[in-house]
Amino acid sequence: MREITLSQAVNEALAEEMRRDETVFIIGEDVAEAGTPFKVLSGLVEEFGAQRVVDTPIAEPGFMGLAVGAAMTGTRPVVDLMFGDFIYLIMDQLCNQAAKTHYMSGGKLSVPLVLRTNLGATRRSAAQHSQSLHALVAHIPGLKVALPSSAYEAKGLMKTAIRDNNPVVIFEDKLMYNDKAPVPEEEFLIPFGQANIKREGSDITLIGTSSMVQVCEKAAEILAAEGISAEVIDPRTIVPLDEEALLKSAKKTSRVIVVDEGHQSFGITGEIASRINEKAFYHLDAPVLRMGAMDVPVPFSPALEDITVPTPQGVAENARRLMSREMIHAA
Amino acid sequence: MLMSPAKKKSNTEDYLRMYRQMVRIRTFEDNANQLYLSAKMPGLTHMYSGEEAVAVGICEALKVTDKITSTHRGHGHCVAKGAEFKQMFCELLGKEEGYCRGKGGSMHIADQSNGNLGANAIVGGSMGIATGSAFTAKLLGRDDVTVCFFGDGATAQGLLYEVMNMAALWNLPVIYACENNGYSEYTTTAEIAAGSITARAEAFGIEAHRVDGQDVLAVNTLTESLVARARKGEGPFFIELMTYRYHGHHVGDINREYYRPKDEERDWKENKDPITLFGAYLTKEGIATAEELEAMQADVRQDAAAAVEYALAAKYPEESEVDMHVYTDVRHALA
Ligand SMILES: Cc1ncc(C[n+]2csc(CCOP(=O)(O)OP(=O)(O)O)c2C)c(N)n1
Ligand SMILES: [Mg+2]
Repeated sequence: MREITLSQAVNEALAEEMRRDETVFIIGEDVAEAGTPFKVLSGLVEEFGAQRVVDTPIAEPGFMGLAVGAAMTGTRPVVDLMFGDFIYLIMDQLCNQAAKTHYMSGGKLSVPLVLRTNLGATRRSAAQHSQSLHALVAHIPGLKVALPSSAYEAKGLMKTAIRDNNPVVIFEDKLMYNDKAPVPEEEFLIPFGQANIKREGSDITLIGTSSMVQVCEKAAEILAAEGISAEVIDPRTIVPLDEEALLKSAKKTSRVIVVDEGHQSFGITGEIASRINEKAFYHLDAPVLRMGAMDVPVPFSPALEDITVPTPQGVAENARRLMSREMIHAA
Repeated sequence: MLMSPAKKKSNTEDYLRMYRQMVRIRTFEDNANQLYLSAKMPGLTHMYSGEEAVAVGICEALKVTDKITSTHRGHGHCVAKGAEFKQMFCELLGKEEGYCRGKGGSMHIADQSNGNLGANAIVGGSMGIATGSAFTAKLLGRDDVTVCFFGDGATAQGLLYEVMNMAALWNLPVIYACENNGYSEYTTTAEIAAGSITARAEAFGIEAHRVDGQDVLAVNTLTESLVARARKGEGPFFIELMTYRYHGHHVGDINREYYRPKDEERDWKENKDPITLFGAYLTKEGIATAEELEAMQADVRQDAAAAVEYALAAKYPEESEVDMHVYTDVRHALA
């Protein structure tokens, strides 16, 4: 199969959906000629024109609000938020307006909108350009949240998001834009709420999201060399969450580590861990372990930044502890 | 272009310091760019070169106790408000001796002891902070003035209008300094700002000025008068400074002809360079000779080279610093 970058995959998904449905448009800062700072949207303004690939002033709450209104009245906006960190600026429009309109109108109005943004540290961009904030929006009923872990997912999930009639937030890992993966030429969609078993295993389950899927896969390699068989699962969307697939794996292996790049406290890892505890408790041989980003703002200095995110070595180390039953006695 | 002849020759020292400060900014940036190009600097940085007269003209009108808030393009503000090269380069390289102990980097660089409340990586993110600082001055009866630096692109942020309204209602001692360099990232100002920029402030009854941001004396003279009036409770004020950035939006923005013509860049560099213009004025007025100015530049270059060398060899923070400074009064947040 041909291989393309995550960036090309997103670009293709948008182009295909824009060709298919003329109500789809893109709006955000420097999305047109510049094609965004990450060059993800290059070429789209040339094909679809400035009416549908709309450059805005640096006014995030403004263009987000405008997109909500546009979505309520017959279009399908794809809002481009340059950095996930800027989500704080648009929280009201996203969480009070987009997320609740369908409910508050008793189902009469809907907001078919996609917010595409990014997450991920270790780019030496300091505390305001490195955060992974998907847990904030996953907390809000009414929003769906997708976390593509490769070019393949980025394309399939984007197409599904655009066709979804609800507001969907997609966080891409900004360190992965140039990573290639096999992506079929022919059209495909990835349904929401369907986890992907990246690697089968029998001793321990590693649940990883977005950037952490690769980390889990590398950890599984390390563990395999030591005779520990790790299963790696990528939920792909956290809202909706494929609980069934996660529980099935937990019951099979009886040990689970959940790895996510958001801050560890009050985050995605805690949510998934507690669902497993609630529904697979009697199948577990060890407490479900959470591994998130350290609970500190992301530091600039490379000497500090690199120790704030989970690594394959760290995941493998924790897996060994779970396997050695050390955790049970500690708990 | 004419330099405004506002000051007398008795101000020779001030003039030479302004010249030196502009040269220091330019030199700092040249070195930062080199560090990036030679892959010695982590991450990216936004260069201030070309806009020196703005930061220097304004900061030379301020006292140490006056405050500023800075932007993602903040090295110039930092130098102009009195920072040293050594701690600045250390910060740029993520070293322990940096002004922010390596935690901030280029986008958060600031010498806090000189009244710099921080560079901000969120466009418009400091507008509230600057206004709050002016509120403190008024509430506590201090006579400090706060200058809020931001770009033309940042005028699109709604926050500006919320805080200008309050500043005007409450006569706060804040000066909103809009550095109009003609671009907001890869887009011209005309494409992202409808109407007039100064009229935005005037709508709130705020006195607004537009000034040539390449003319350090014009900037300085205007700022001195506004600062004096703000200290007396006549603020707030708004200044639009017409200027230009020489480099790309950030150091990695190299192929930029698709949004900004080379001719335009050349014209600004050759005909409107703030350092060249002020140097010519100083020699014409007999304040300094060309040789003296050159010697000053060489001296600054040497300072910078020494600081870079120092910073490259300096140590990174210990890993144990990672959870320090998350909260005040808590030594290690995760202990
Ligand atoms: C809230 C927010 N939106 C977008 C960005 C990305 N960004 C960084 S600088 C910049 C352009 C700023 O333009 P301007 O205010 O004119 O300042 P200049 O870079 O020209 O000095 C943009 C869009 C950001 N950092 N923060
Ligand atoms: Mg600008």
